[in-house]
Order: sequence, then C-alpha cells, then structure tokens
Amino acid sequence: MENISLMIAPLFSAKLMLVLFFGTLFGLILGVLPGLGPTTGGALILPFTMTLDPLSAIILLTSIYCAGTYGGAITAILINTPGTPAAAATCLDGYPLAQKGEAGRALGMATVSSAAGGIFSVVVLVFFAPLLAQLAYEFGQPEYFALAIFGLTMLASIGDGSPVKNLIAGAFGILISTIGKDFMTSIDRFTFGVNELSEGIGFIPVVVGLFAISELLTQSTLLDQIYKRIALKAVKLPSLEDYKLTWKTILRSSGIGSFIGVLPAEGGTVASLIGYSEAKRWSKNPKEFGKGSIEGIAGAEAANNAATGGAMVPTLALGIPGSATTAVILTGLIIHGVRPGPDLFREQPEFLYGIFGAMLMANILFFIFGFFGAKIFARITLIPNKLLWPMIFALSVCGTYSLNQSIIDIWIMLFFGVVGFFMRRYGFSVVPVIIGLILGELVEGTLRQSLVIFDGNWLLFFTRPIALTFFILAFIALSFPLLRRKK
Amino acid sequence: MNNVLDKKKRADKNSLPFFFKESFIVSIIIVSISFFLLFATLSFDTVPPILNRGIQPATFPKGLLILIIFLTIIVYILSLKNEWKVEKKLPKVFYLTLLNFILFIFVAKILDFFLAISILSLLVSYFWGEKRIIYLLLISIVFPAIVFIFFETILGLRFPPGIITNIYYN
Repeated sequence: MENISLMIAPLFSAKLMLVLFFGTLFGLILGVLPGLGPTTGGALILPFTMTLDPLSAIILLTSIYCAGTYGGAITAILINTPGTPAAAATCLDGYPLAQKGEAGRALGMATVSSAAGGIFSVVVLVFFAPLLAQLAYEFGQPEYFALAIFGLTMLASIGDGSPVKNLIAGAFGILISTIGKDFMTSIDRFTFGVNELSEGIGFIPVVVGLFAISELLTQSTLLDQIYKRIALKAVKLPSLEDYKLTWKTILRSSGIGSFIGVLPAEGGTVASLIGYSEAKRWSKNPKEFGKGSIEGIAGAEAANNAATGGAMVPTLALGIPGSATTAVILTGLIIHGVRPGPDLFREQPEFLYGIFGAMLMANILFFIFGFFGAKIFARITLIPNKLLWPMIFALSVCGTYSLNQSIIDIWIMLFFGVVGFFMRRYGFSVVPVIIGLILGELVEGTLRQSLVIFDGNWLLFFTRPIALTFFILAFIALSFPLLRRKK
Repeated sequence: MNNVLDKKKRADKNSLPFFFKESFIVSIIIVSISFFLLFATLSFDTVPPILNRGIQPATFPKGLLILIIFLTIIVYILSLKNEWKVEKKLPKVFYLTLLNFILFIFVAKILDFFLAISILSLLVSYFWGEKRIIYLLLISIVFPAIVFIFFETILGLRFPPGIITNIYYN
C-alpha cells in the first residue's frame, strides 16, 4: 500500500508532471524520426538533465524511453521505415495494412498494444525488481563478475547480426573502459602521453559518436532514398473484432517482451522479433502475416514496449543494463550520484517507486498523444535530413562538450562517429560497444577483487553456486546462436 | 536487367583475390590494431607483488586483445563460407561530410568553436542539397546561436575562447 502511494506521488508534483509531459512528447518525436530514437535522444538530452534533480532527470529519460519505443511504430506504419530498430517487425504488417487504406486501424492497434505491453511491463518491474534486488544481497564480487560475463555473452544473440561480431564489439567496448588510470594501481593504460586520457573515456562522447555522428554519416549515404508516405486521416481505436482477435497475442507478447527485457543486454528489438514470430506461430491465419495482419502489429508492438519495463529490472536492481537505452539511463543515474543495486531499494524506495509510477504514466500519456496526435507526429518525418542532421550535429557537439567542458571529448565523439559508421557498414552492431563500455569497469574490478579473495585460484569461481549458475547461463547464451543457426 | 547486373557484380566480387575482399581487409585492420595495442601493453608499468591485487594492470587488456584477435580470426574463417554483404559504394557526399569533420577540427582548434559548428552545419546542409539561402542561414547561424546561448545560460557552460566567442563573452 505504501509503495502504491509512492508510485502515484509524481502525479501530485507539478514539476514532475511537466517533466513527464515533455519527456513523453520529446520521446515520441525522437521515435518518429528514423535514425534517432530513444538511445541517441537520451544521450543527447543527458547533459540537460544536469539542471534537474535526480528523480526528475531519470523520469525524463525513462519517459523518453517508453514514448520513443512506441514512436517508432508511427514511421514503420506510414513510411515503411522503422523509426527505431525495435519497430522493424512492425513494418512487416503495419505498412501493408496502411497500403490497403487502413493506416488509422494499424496505428490504433499499435497504440493500444504498445500501451498495454508497456503497462504490463511496469507491473512486472514493480514486483520483480525488488525480488531481484533481494537476491542480489547474496552476491559477492565473484557473483557480480559471473553476472557481468553472462550479460556480455547475451550480446551474442542481440539483433540479427553475426554473434561473433557482436562479441568482438562487446570486447572492444570493455577495452575502451580500460583507457586511463587503472583504478586499483593508478597506472596509466593506453593514454599514449595524452594527459586528458588519464581520466578515461567518458560515456557520453562514445555514445553520441557511435549513435548520432555515425548515423549522420550513414544518412549522408542515403540521400537519394525517397520515402513514400501514406496519408493518415485519423487514428482509429481497434474494433471489438480486432480486440477479440488480438487480446491473446497482446498478452503473450507482453509476457515475452518483459522476459526478454529482463535479460541483460537484450532489448526491444529482439523482443519485437520474437513477439512477432510467436504471434505468427500461434495465429489461426499465419498466411496473413506480411500482408497486413493486425495480429502481427499487436505482437511486435506489445513485445517491444513490454521490453522497456523489463529492461529496467536488471538496470535498477543490479546495475546491469537491460538494453542500449537503459545503458544511457544507467549513466544518468551514475552522473546524478545514484548507485543502482539492492541498497537503492532499501535506502531510497521513494525514488524507485517514483520512477515506476512515472513509467506507468508515460505509457498512458503516449497512448493519449499517439491517439490524438499521431497525424501531427507523422508530419515530423517531413523535416528534410539536410536540415535535421546539421541541427543534431550542433546539439551533439555542445552536449558532449558540456559535461566536462573538454574539447578532447568532441574529438573522441567524432572519432567514435567514424568508427561507428564503419562498424555498422561491415555488420558490427554498435550497441555491444556501449554495453561493454558500461560493464567494463564492473568486469575488471570484480575479476581482480575476486582473484584477491581466491588468492589467485581461478577454479574457485566454480565453487560458488550463484556464480556457477551465471557461467552456465553464459555458456547457454553463447551456444544459443549456434544452435539457432544449425536449425 | 538490374538483377542480372547485380549477379554479375557479385560474381566479379567472388572472383577477386582474397586480399581484396572486405572481410579480409577489415579482419587485417582489426588484428593489426590489436597487435599494436598488445605491443603498447608491454610498456605499462608493473606493480610490486605486495601492491599487486590479483593481476597486473596490463593483464586484463592483454586478455581482451587476445580474445579480439581470436574472434576476428573466427569471423574471417566464417566469411570464407559466406562473404559479407556490404552496401553499395560510398557516395561522394559521404567523403565531403567526412572532410567537413576534419575542417571542423581545424576551425575549432585554430579559430573558433562556434564558427566551426556554423561552417560544418552550413557545408553539410549545402552538400546534402539545401540551396535556399534563408534555410542555410537558419541552420548555420540561428540554430547554433540558440543552442550556444541555451547551453551558456541554462547550463552555465563556458565555451573555449575564439574570435567569435571572445566577442560574445566581452
């Protein structure tokens, strides 16, 4: 009961409601614009959050996350280009249905299923995160090391890229985290005599470079692409027939999305692909899929939005990001002096339940905005890239500079922008780099501290039941893509 | 017709010697950088055993680099079976955008930070096809100025000195 009152507390604060309102609005705009999305947008907005208190800052980021994930569906349905990677599966049926003159129906279903999936996942978050946090009390350094390794091996199965390439990208991310003074011995590593590198490489220059700048370069190669936009009259709420047809799919995909979201490093993209394929597998009309199936839209959208709440579970309870966007949220928590983990649940329940409540509200708000404003948001896609991306560049440069007021950070951002572009060109996802970077210090720190505890004996890792479980899960995570390929 | 041309292009690509293939070139670049960094780890200081907590500072990065080399070899071996699908040749505008980045670095370092943002915004917008003067002015002067003033006043940011920034601050 007390927790419920903590959850609804943001509703009684005008400031928090304003933050929530703007976060949802901004998230929708970011989600609609192809190439942006909640991860890049979150990274761009992070410096601005320094003017806010920690709760407002995280509410802003989480509302961007929830609304941005949904916003991708608008572009997927109307121009057959996913606004966010998580909306890729929505294109498969959303666009064909819109082509049949039923864009309003397709968007209505996307809005309802996204909100339902999002709300379901917040319920999962409220019940599951405290339980996981309680379990984390049992964790020592070896367990955290094994957990981080499990999180990193999960990178192998993200997206549809090569698992080995994902692992290389993850290892590259950890390698970046080793630049600077070694935190245990203060010995310089990979600084090459550059003093500014002694403090290490910040998260923001890397994430803005890998997402925003590399996307700017990618867009420069797509200038001849012409989007065919389907006109939208109004968003229609699903009919009773549609509800009857899809309620099971929405429920199933919400469960799948929440579960996938909880897994470290997996996010909305994987969730929506699995949600979509499961919707097809259980459907009475699987042949309709790909031709404008309403179940296909419901399956993909409920799953990708359900992954938002799920991904917040390991982020808040363990400090392990559940997705690329939660890695940005995790950075937001850290720069605001909030250390995620079990102690947070014990010491600052009002902060946590405030976030939960805000996420619930964000799902309701984007439902309202989406239902009444999808037509206006769809018009945002008309902003030409030749105007949009130079503006994003100006924001990226100033935002990156603002955190440490260091010009080196801008060089780092540009460097990673170019690296990110070539990585994507040759099939290496940039998401594992971000997850690797954020987990790098945890992996190395817990490994070294564990070795001190074990007196250098590596085999003792396997004598700890929880650590052993995580190692087995890591092994399964590595084997899964191989098994999938053999199938 | 296009399909036939695509097939021909792919066939031409498959007939290339292995050292011209993208998978080989990218793998070689990754392995070379990893070896260079591995070599760099040899120059890391070491700590005496009494201060050494678990492992030496170079051990962890060394392990990572060896892992990257090992995984890159696997990626290359796998590519022998399935050659990477790389998108079309990069257009001229991509290289112009990249050149703008270099220009940005020089202008920001030598002249002025704000000027660098303005010039990059102007050139990128122009090279990407925007020819209308009013929009070019909006993108290169008005928007960067709004961002600049916003960061300066709301976040209390002090931008690095330069010819325009100094005029603003004075």
